[in-house]
Amino acid sequence: MADASRTMDIRTEVRRQPTGNGAVAGAGLAEKITIRDLNFYYDGFRALKNINLPLYDRRVTAFIGPSGCGKSTLLRILNRIYDLYPKQRAEGEVLLDGDNILSAKQDLNLLRARVGMVFQKPTPFPMSIYDNIAFGVKLYEKLSGDEMDERVEFSLRRAALWDEVKDKLRQSGLSLSGGQQQRLCIARAIAVKPSVLLLDEPTSALDPISTAKCEELVDELKSDYCIAIVTHNMQQAARVSDFTAFMYLGELVEYGETETIFTNPSNEKTAEYITGRFG
Amino acid sequence: MTQASATAVHSIDFGIYRRRRLVNGAALTLALGAAGLGLFWLVAILWTLLWNGLGSLSFGLVTQMTPPPGAEGGLLNAIFGTVVMTSLATMLGTPIGILAGTWLAEFGKTNKLAEAIRFINDILLSAPSIIVGLFIYEVLVIRMGHFSAWAGAVALAVIVIPVVVRTTEDMLKLVPNSLREAAAALGAPQWKVVTMVAYRAARNGMITGVLLAIARISGETAPLLFTALNNQFWSTDMNAPMANLPVVIFQYAMSPYEEWQRLAWGGALMITLAILILNIGARTFAALSTKSK
Repeated sequence: MADASRTMDIRTEVRRQPTGNGAVAGAGLAEKITIRDLNFYYDGFRALKNINLPLYDRRVTAFIGPSGCGKSTLLRILNRIYDLYPKQRAEGEVLLDGDNILSAKQDLNLLRARVGMVFQKPTPFPMSIYDNIAFGVKLYEKLSGDEMDERVEFSLRRAALWDEVKDKLRQSGLSLSGGQQQRLCIARAIAVKPSVLLLDEPTSALDPISTAKCEELVDELKSDYCIAIVTHNMQQAARVSDFTAFMYLGELVEYGETETIFTNPSNEKTAEYITGRFG
Repeated sequence: MTQASATAVHSIDFGIYRRRRLVNGAALTLALGAAGLGLFWLVAILWTLLWNGLGSLSFGLVTQMTPPPGAEGGLLNAIFGTVVMTSLATMLGTPIGILAGTWLAEFGKTNKLAEAIRFINDILLSAPSIIVGLFIYEVLVIRMGHFSAWAGAVALAVIVIPVVVRTTEDMLKLVPNSLREAAAALGAPQWKVVTMVAYRAARNGMITGVLLAIARISGETAPLLFTALNNQFWSTDMNAPMANLPVVIFQYAMSPYEEWQRLAWGGALMITLAILILNIGARTFAALSTKSK
């Protein structure tokens, strides 16, 4: 049986020994987000079909699956960024700390302040490194100059970028390398103090060294946040996540502890996908 | 190089390759010829302008008023009028154009009203400017009962608006959507996403659009003929007819007086140089914007 202390070390265990005897996923963990009977439509096309899934606090949940399986779509529901596009529609329930964020009453801007997101391509704003981070903070907090300086430093330190940029905070965020830009985006998301972080293929545009840095970062950040990561890289999912959800053609095929999914998947499709036979 | 590939791959059909090179050569020659023809006339026009205009550039040109026939004079009142009306038109047209372009790119996007506005704006963009002049004559000049600098500025503003609407929309559309999503994902309301992020990303392109609009109106004659008309004397009264370079050039160039013709050449050269400077400015901004991306 899985308990909290064991799932903490799941990544090392994946490498050491395959166990996988149908452990009860998430026993004793706090459910940060609960997805219930979730369906999603792009205009008429049904992209997600009856998804049911928990996301645990202080844990990393990875979403894997072939292109077009709906994993990014699912992530984009969790902060309702899809709402920017009028023809996209979600049905079902997504409970964040017990409140349904899909309800019409949900204030989108407040939701997005609580649920941070980092995108596939680094998206620094065309302003200084400092202002990139202050931008989000200023939306919801009135900080003095000193407090803002502190917040910027805190965020950059958490994103493991501080040492590289501390002498050029006034330079444009666009002047950084791709890997640095992506960490700047992570810092920017952290700065508004969210409780959930959504990472949509955050390393797919990065070189191996930057990727390793970002993975380390995710590992470190999970002590404070509920993290959901979409990735095309199976090794990455195995390395950084505690739980893994395998999706295929808009359906959740299998969900469980990463260890189980990667060593002893119960579904044939999952096994085929993680061994690279399709997708 | 052809030699190397020929030995490396032995099944090349040289007939096809030779034909392709011939077609390529012919197309290239035609393209060069067309470019040369265009450039020739451009250079010829500029050369004539410099040849005739440089001689009449003098201190008096910018310090004296337009003279009666046979007397010495300059173009000061016309230069002043053009600067005043162009500035006023830019100040009137730019905010309207930017707001409309922003609405089209960020808010209206694909709805029916936006499509209609886009269509009308495109027509306005290519409408003959004399129609704009007639329109303002009808709605302003006739109602006010006299020609005026106000009417001239409004006519020019009507020409500025579609140019700015179009460039603003185009430049905002070039801003990657991922940037807007990123800002929205931090909890920024849409107006902040637009003003703090999209405008910043599109700023240089939008400024370029405004500069191009200014360049366009500073040489417009037709809309001013029906609105500001002309004025032989120094006048700062916006409610009265006002002198301006294009109309003065038009009038003086058609006159039989040598003195006036010289002034017309000088004025034409000045407008051309001013537009040249504006265009270089616009290009510099455009270059800056691509560099920062």
